[in-house]
Amino acid sequence: MATRAGTIEGRPDTDDPVKVTCEVLARRREGAYWLLSLAAPAIADRARPGQFVNLAVAAPDTLLRRPFSIARVSKQGMAAGTVDVVFAAHGPGTSWLTGVDVHDVVDVVGPLGTPFPLPQRQVACLLIGGGYGVAPLFYLADELTRRGLRVDMIVGAATQDRILNAIEAKRLTASVTFTTEDGSYGEHGRVTDVFDEVVERCGSGVVYACGPNPMLRAVSERCRERRIPVQVAVEEHMACGIGVCFTCVLPIRRKDGQVQMKRACIDGPVFNGARIAWEDTRYEIGPPLVVEDEVDEQPEPSRPTDADVWGES
Amino acid sequence: MSDVRRIERSQVPFQRDPREEAAAAVDLSTVLAGVELPNPILPASGCFASGAEMQRFYDVTELGALVVKSITLEPREGLPTPRMAETPSGMLNAIGLQNPGVDAWLEHDLPWLQGKGARIIASIAGSSVDEFRTVARRLRRHAGIVAIEVNLSCPNVEHRGLVFACSAPDSAEVISAVRRESDVPVLAKLTSDVTDVTEIARAVVEAGADGLTLINTVLGMTVDPETGRPGLHNTYGGLSGPAIRPIALRNVHQVREALPEVPILGCGGIRHVTEVVQFLRAGASAVSVGTATFVDPFVGPRLIDELRHWLADRGYARVTDLIDTIEPWT
Ligand SMILES: Cc1cc2nc3c(=O)[nH]c(=O)nc-3n(C[C@H](O)[C@H](O)[C@H](O)COP(=O)(O)OP(=O)(O)OC[C@H]3O[C@@H](n4cnc5c(N)ncnc54)[C@H](O)[C@@H]3O)c2cc1C
Ligand SMILES: Cc1cc2nc3c(=O)[nH]c(=O)nc-3n(C[C@H](O)[C@H](O)[C@H](O)COP(=O)(O)O)c2cc1C
Ligand code: FES
Repeated sequence: MATRAGTIEGRPDTDDPVKVTCEVLARRREGAYWLLSLAAPAIADRARPGQFVNLAVAAPDTLLRRPFSIARVSKQGMAAGTVDVVFAAHGPGTSWLTGVDVHDVVDVVGPLGTPFPLPQRQVACLLIGGGYGVAPLFYLADELTRRGLRVDMIVGAATQDRILNAIEAKRLTASVTFTTEDGSYGEHGRVTDVFDEVVERCGSGVVYACGPNPMLRAVSERCRERRIPVQVAVEEHMACGIGVCFTCVLPIRRKDGQVQMKRACIDGPVFNGARIAWEDTRYEIGPPLVVEDEVDEQPEPSRPTDADVWGES
Repeated sequence: MSDVRRIERSQVPFQRDPREEAAAAVDLSTVLAGVELPNPILPASGCFASGAEMQRFYDVTELGALVVKSITLEPREGLPTPRMAETPSGMLNAIGLQNPGVDAWLEHDLPWLQGKGARIIASIAGSSVDEFRTVARRLRRHAGIVAIEVNLSCPNVEHRGLVFACSAPDSAEVISAVRRESDVPVLAKLTSDVTDVTEIARAVVEAGADGLTLINTVLGMTVDPETGRPGLHNTYGGLSGPAIRPIALRNVHQVREALPEVPILGCGGIRHVTEVVQFLRAGASAVSVGTATFVDPFVGPRLIDELRHWLADRGYARVTDLIDTIEPWT
């Protein structure tokens, strides 16, 4: 465990990830989650929405770092150089992190992975977040709004206390639709239950999603059916987070149909959701929660394609 | 945040610092199976990909040599996930040798390494003697490849899936095939999951191995107590990290005692300089660092620096003076 804050290892003046020791500036609860604010200017300078950081934890018996999406960075102003992460206390590593105090020093590697590609043309963006997966979407929403793009959001969670910062969601978007699996807040159901309605109402031309992999699968498949370009930030167990161990792979379908195992930590975590061969993964979409009404088949309005939006070949 | 300190590895100290000067004067060069290395700190196969990923952090040619991820004849996509499960002071992995295959490796990865001027130890794997032989043949006559490491911890399809490294004759057969093809020294990488590691070591040395890498991961398993699901999709996987260090050290020492002339690349759970020292004392000529890279991407250059200081502080002029210096209890 590092004791001194402010050390930087890595290559200065590049976008390459660095290893830094940083002071904890704030730790607070956010509903069912925790927020950590870290003084990490070297990471803040390089970070883009969708990327993640790998935190060293000192919980008993643990060895490996723990990956967390970057929830926000401040590049200017009073809090310049801070990096926020939002996490759920899950097992030993994340439980240990809930006990980290202001002024403690943590060891962080980042920014890691690919960012969300930004649309190369004006298009309404729909951001779909599940649980703590909403956190990086706030960061993305900020970036998209700054480019003058319309941002709508669907925020889903199991229960009301797992809806991350509803006020922030409303502040950052043109519209936000909440869903809970128990109906304690917003619509009763899952994000995909309101998907069609929101897409129609908002004229969404691209979808970004972050959350549990089964949710990402459901969103990706829905987008593929409707031919809406979709980018998802996935989670997979990661031993290294830096592309050297090949533990974090997902099957990705190439243009020619061939499926290749790609590393979520370096080729991802952001992937074109329609290119993930979900049927070859262990992520199953759960049974429906609510009885769906029969939807009338309607002609699809013309929408931008992957090539239009990202310039992807 | 006033005390930002950039760690510049090549920085020359401003003032004369006798301790730094002594450290700088230490000779870290070592010889492994006839291969001269500028220092004894190497990455372990499968924990460093093919080098380019790590170049984002530091110049990988600072390391003694680069042991690349095991290469097979055909591309392999590997096993389904989860491929990793953390365990107390260690981790299990079951990757299934995902790699681009020897032809793609020669076309893409090797030129990058050659361009950097890296000393390459090419790790090879296969499911038959013939596969090992063919891969070894394709790796012949390529600049930069200074040795071949033979990953014998692969199931032998011609022997009901028994792992080569668990059978002395099977291991020997692979090594003699590779030895005949190869134009550089051949290291046989062995497992500890055998009754007597010295028996396998002797067999591969007689078959022509120029040195040994000790050890590969140790087979293990975890289960989720609630769901009953194994932590790994493959059920069993290789244990690595600090948890296996004493086992690795024991293997190095046992083989050194049995075959004192055979060069050893020590591997298993190394994270700190004192552990490098333990492996050198037990008889290793150099060490491979695997899992520790996942925790600290900079572990390689850090160990080189710390080893210099460790030796200088104790008056050693050369790292080789430390090799094989176990002091038995009387
Ligand atoms: C790219 C990425 C971004 C993430 N972002 C966030 C975030 O913003 N907020 C948040 O709360 N969590 C996030 N996670 C999940 C988070 O990393 C895990 O919850 C955490 O590692 C669990 O550690 P633990 O010791 O508490 O739990 P344990 O279950 O005891 O962990 C055991 C091992 O499994 C791994 N592991 C367990 N769950 C996951 C998981 N869901 N994904 C990947 N590895 C896992 C751990 O890293 C560890 O190696 C992210 C994961 C990835 C891959
Ligand atoms: C994720 C992972 C992948 C590995 N892949 C290979 C491999 O392809 N070939 C090989 O010979 N050893 C492989 N190994 C074994 C390591 O090279 C090393 O022998 C072992 O991990 C013990 O060292 P460590 O404790 O320092 O990691 C792998 C280990 C890990 C953790
Ligand atoms: S976590 Fe190691 S390659 Fe992705």
